[in-house]
Amino acid sequence: MATSIKKLPDIEQVLSGNGACGGCPATMGLRIVGKALGSNAIMLLTPSCSVASMGMTPRLGYNWPCINITFASAGSSASGITHALEVMQEKGRLHGELPTVFAWVGDGGTYDIGFQALSGAAERNDNIIFFCYNNEAYSNTGVQRSGATPRGSFTTTTPTGKRQPKKNMALLMLEHNIPYVATATVAYPGDLYDKVVKAKNIPGMKYIEIQAPCYLGWQFDMPETVQMSRMAVRSGAWLLWEAENGKISFNNPSSLIISGKKDAAPVDEYLMKQGRFNRLLKGPDAESRIAEIQGDIDREIAFIRERAKITI
Amino acid sequence: MKSLTKAYRPISWPTKGAGGDTGSWRTHRPVVDTQICNKCQICWVYCPEAVIDRQEITIDYRYCKGCGVCAVECPTGAISMEMEE
Ligand SMILES: Cc1ncc(C[n+]2csc(CCOP(=O)(O)OP(=O)(O)O)c2C)c(N)n1
Ligand code: SF4
Ligand code: SF4
Ligand code: SF4
Ligand SMILES: [Mg+2]
Repeated sequence: MATSIKKLPDIEQVLSGNGACGGCPATMGLRIVGKALGSNAIMLLTPSCSVASMGMTPRLGYNWPCINITFASAGSSASGITHALEVMQEKGRLHGELPTVFAWVGDGGTYDIGFQALSGAAERNDNIIFFCYNNEAYSNTGVQRSGATPRGSFTTTTPTGKRQPKKNMALLMLEHNIPYVATATVAYPGDLYDKVVKAKNIPGMKYIEIQAPCYLGWQFDMPETVQMSRMAVRSGAWLLWEAENGKISFNNPSSLIISGKKDAAPVDEYLMKQGRFNRLLKGPDAESRIAEIQGDIDREIAFIRERAKITI
Repeated sequence: MKSLTKAYRPISWPTKGAGGDTGSWRTHRPVVDTQICNKCQICWVYCPEAVIDRQEITIDYRYCKGCGVCAVECPTGAISMEMEE
């Protein structure tokens, strides 16, 4: 059982009155992450909505030391900082518990532009947590396609709907043989909280991806951020799982879908709620294109179900 | 002089309202009916702005952006979104 709402700590690391849109899923997710990490942490960010949301100099909307770095270097910069901290401790220049070094990066910065440095940090098993908040597009610059944009989705660079499926980034990270990988989404805050607490206490490289339904990019109504996140999980379009030392376990309600105890909701309802699929759903070839999207989801479920059977 | 140099250094400090008084963005205001509210804290956990007091279930309107997430998620229907004047 995930930690219940009433047991979550009071601490707030995301400060009220930051620059994010109302209903922002990135801010919502980061707030829960803050409850799990506490104040003893150092945050790295690449250009993204979460940077635009930080507020204006000399004010900062997050209660951590924050470092804004280039897209290409989140993984390597986080590695550098974590090594520097270890050396400082060895030399007696830093006492007490070492701060958690974490990168907070969008899907564009993770799947595409920052992939090389992230892969390097993972292969070296450097002691960081790399968070990807995945709003499935380059939202901050006006919603362009990324490697995380699902097939069929409209963005400003895919005006007829993206033709390619998304990458499976969390599985790619799993195959870097790192000690901890997890997926989460904003509708399940207790699940997210537990995963971050776990990651914080594991040495080495941790990767946590948080699906973040963005009303602006996905074109749904602002109050429905959490609803959309829940529908994504119920339709199997987003799966909740974690892997410790390569061994996958599924979290509710995804575990019910994977084990076949519960059928995933058909994807149509989830798609229909989002303007980014509008043109596709109204087009003459709607049926085949929905079938394509359903096919992508079914394949991912089948793939991870089998991958989970490998426990050596 | 000290405050001047601090102000011009490219360093920011954690402060509420880093994006201004974001309550001015609101078109609708969430209003909690305390008769109906059962203090389940669901609104508190989902509020992206951290403007809901988890014990009292009161809202800091200086920064509440009026997104309406709390009203949609409230299981008892205790929160209504009222048009701002
Ligand atoms: C090397 C480089 N290319 C492009 C940009 C412009 N840019 C700033 S934010 C952004 C979008 C980032 O997308 P993502 O990482 O998904 O974060 P999101 O905006 O969706 O939160 C881009 C392309 C940049 N700052 N640096
Ligand atoms: S565009 Fe989306 S992810 Fe970006 S600040 Fe707005 S709601 Fe958040
Ligand atoms: S979600 Fe509704 S019932 Fe629960 S504490 Fe908030 S206002 Fe009260
Ligand atoms: S309207 Fe949005 S910002 Fe205001 S209290 Fe509700 S969830 Fe928080
Ligand atoms: Mg993005």
